[in-house]
Amino acid sequence: MSDHAVQPYLREEFEGDEIGEAVVGDVERRLSVWERISNIDAVRKFSVLITLVVAWELYSRIGDINELMFPTFSATGTALYSALVYEGLMTNVWNSLSLLLMGYAIGVGIAAVLVVFGVWTRFGSDLLTTLTAMLNPLPAIALLPMAMLWFGLGPAAIVFTLLHSIIWPVALNTHSGFMGVSETQRMVGRNYGLRGLPYIYKILIPAAFPSILTGLRIGWAFAWRTLIAAELVFGGQVADTSGQLGAEGGNAGGLGWIIFQNQMENQTPYVFAGLFAVILVGIILENGIFRNIEDRTIRRWGMQVA
Amino acid sequence: MTDTTTDIYIRPEFEVSKLETATNVDVERRLSLIERISNINAVRKFTILLGLVAIWEIYTRIGDVEPLLFPTFSDSAVVLWETLLSGLMLEKVWVSLYVLVLGYIAGVVLAAAFLVFAVMSRIGSDFLSTMTAMFQPLPAISLLPLAMLWFGLGVPSLVFVTIHSVLWAVALSTHTGFMQVSETLRMVGRNYGLRGIPYVFMILVPAAFASILTGLKVGWAFAWRTLIGAELVFGAASGEGGLGWMIYEKGDNLDTPYVFAALFAVIVIGLIVENLIFRNVEISTVQKWGMQR
Amino acid sequence: MSATKDLTTEAAGVTPAAAAVEPVLDVDGVTLQYKTKEHLITATYRVSFQTYPADRFVILGPSGCGKSTLLKGIAGYLHPVEGEMRLKGNVIKDPGPDRCMVFQEFDQLLPWKTVMGNITFALLNGGKCETQAEAREIAYEYIRKVKLDRFEDTFPHMLSGGMKQRVAIARAMAMEPDVLLMDEPFAALDALTRRQMQEELLQLWDDTRFTVIFVTHSIEEAVIVGSRILIMSPHPGQVKAEVNAHLHTHDDVGGEDFRALQGRIHDMIFADRVLEEETQPQHV
Repeated sequence: MSDHAVQPYLREEFEGDEIGEAVVGDVERRLSVWERISNIDAVRKFSVLITLVVAWELYSRIGDINELMFPTFSATGTALYSALVYEGLMTNVWNSLSLLLMGYAIGVGIAAVLVVFGVWTRFGSDLLTTLTAMLNPLPAIALLPMAMLWFGLGPAAIVFTLLHSIIWPVALNTHSGFMGVSETQRMVGRNYGLRGLPYIYKILIPAAFPSILTGLRIGWAFAWRTLIAAELVFGGQVADTSGQLGAEGGNAGGLGWIIFQNQMENQTPYVFAGLFAVILVGIILENGIFRNIEDRTIRRWGMQVA
Repeated sequence: MTDTTTDIYIRPEFEVSKLETATNVDVERRLSLIERISNINAVRKFTILLGLVAIWEIYTRIGDVEPLLFPTFSDSAVVLWETLLSGLMLEKVWVSLYVLVLGYIAGVVLAAAFLVFAVMSRIGSDFLSTMTAMFQPLPAISLLPLAMLWFGLGVPSLVFVTIHSVLWAVALSTHTGFMQVSETLRMVGRNYGLRGIPYVFMILVPAAFASILTGLKVGWAFAWRTLIGAELVFGAASGEGGLGWMIYEKGDNLDTPYVFAALFAVIVIGLIVENLIFRNVEISTVQKWGMQR
Repeated sequence: MSATKDLTTEAAGVTPAAAAVEPVLDVDGVTLQYKTKEHLITATYRVSFQTYPADRFVILGPSGCGKSTLLKGIAGYLHPVEGEMRLKGNVIKDPGPDRCMVFQEFDQLLPWKTVMGNITFALLNGGKCETQAEAREIAYEYIRKVKLDRFEDTFPHMLSGGMKQRVAIARAMAMEPDVLLMDEPFAALDALTRRQMQEELLQLWDDTRFTVIFVTHSIEEAVIVGSRILIMSPHPGQVKAEVNAHLHTHDDVGGEDFRALQGRIHDMIFADRVLEEETQPQHV
């Protein structure tokens, strides 16, 4: 740098008159079949799954494992099949889901009312943020003992607990989503004459949709966990008076209850079958519903996932 | 608008030679003391909290409420104070936190191991995403019956479910974070000669830190909920444990002021972890780096 | 104010119909204030001006002269603490679709609506159209005017900055408002796109002769885009001068008259605050 005697080397200008044919090889070529198949995500993941299952089966068959502690995959599969076909596993799934849906619907409704109140006035906003700050960190399941005192050993106690697990995350995320809607978009809405409720559902809700969806997802995840935990606690409470939940005989509890009950009776393959059912319900709700909504809304609109 | 021949109305120019000085309004003025105080969030929220407590106290005192079912605020506060002094509360808190910290650390370490494996090879990445897709939707608490079968009634079972609740949340969020690190940043890292583990820790981890932090927070929330739930189930099955067990046992014995005192403790721990620990990490990292919206 | 008005009608060289011309917008002694967390700030102090039909009325001034606040006041988002603003004789109270605003920010387009959806959204909610079909028809006409006919079903996140601003302009123009308000609409664009957008805006104005109030802090842009330029002084914002610029477009950028006008405006803005400007830290 210090030596400024180095001069740029000036050379003649030129302009190519014709671009030659590519001689290097193919300009564009399809990958081989093998490469293309192994580039499909689903194929690779499915192979991983198969491998895991094979490993499980081999380990539990060949290894010196007590069947009661760790059943083989095939025993679990058989148990799942017979639970589905002969023992009304779907009833248990439905028992869990109906409570979940009821709690979810009511919880989202209450959260919506709180948030509307919070958008309208500063007092409402302060009340909402204070309540969520206090109650969001409190695991809903911790309220189950009080709920059992207030509502007795029944669905009402579980729904109450579920409400608590849904309202706060949904309200918190929706409210902060609303607060984060850009001033410009608010002004655009008012420019074209939107006021009151139309303003909320035509501007605020779509603009805050990434946060709202996050809230709904967290709410669902917490509720699902709370529900299973609550059913397990109920299982412990009513261990010998089986099926007290719906009082319809031997098969009225939910999935959590099934898991607990079968473990008490040392039916380990059925415990695994119950776990499979829990996973399946989770995957269906997560990928079938939330993922779908996400693809159709915020991904399509190019909004960032909150 | 309709008449396209509208001409511009041309009028003479002018310039104001001397600007008026604003006399009747302040150009800039501090707001009044009351306005400024009511603009402080903490003040308003604290007032609301006091209001809520007052409503609770008045409702339980004047209303016709069975004190066994719904204790007054003062009773609960007194019990909280007494149990703090006698050490009972701290002991319960310690029992719960011990399991939580153990499970959390083990879960995060396991997640890190899976992730390094996943970053190094496509098989690892596929393995991790398949496992998280399977186990993330499975509430950790539902593994408790199995854990009790495998490890018996005790701390190892609780740690096992806590690990499960942390591991997949952290792994999923971090893995997505890694995948979303911009191609430019990756190229910058490789430009300066980073490979292997240094590449992961000096480029991927900081670049994906916002997602990692989200994963750690979600992991903590799941772990805390799972642990309290597990202690409740244990309460039903065995008869010892931390805060969750205290809530269960005291509820069973209709010692409801104790239940509320324990709930306070659960809330306070939650607030400390979320607002002191995570908030501070967030302020000194992603917020300082301007990576958070 | 009335004294100034009389003077203008008498002035020589005025369009014959001028005496009958009524201002579209009459801003009369308007003082605007807003609050931050700690302070109450007076943004404009007793600002008066009139905008006439087909004016390309530019409000020009340095940062902090309250020009954006003034535009928000005209749009109805802020209420004056003193004075009033009248649109065709009616006092402005609230935001309304008779004054459509184009903002600087790209996020003024609703990301959950396509280009077509953004425009029909305005037409339907602003009360301009009753049916979806009618709205689509009008929207399409304006989409063609801003040369985006191939992108009507595209979502905003797929568009470039210049295209987004074109959609915003089309959305505002489709409403055929009494006055179009533009708040530094080209400030976030690159230099080449900005120039192109200025030309297109002038072209559109030539076609339909709308009335537009255009806020900018660029003297060059003011002279190119504006037919009449209102110059404001800062802290608090007050009217400094009004000058004519209807003779200047892109074609004579750098010409002698153009540069003379630019210089005159520059002196008006900076005459009494050269020192102040130099000692102040640069804001982003």
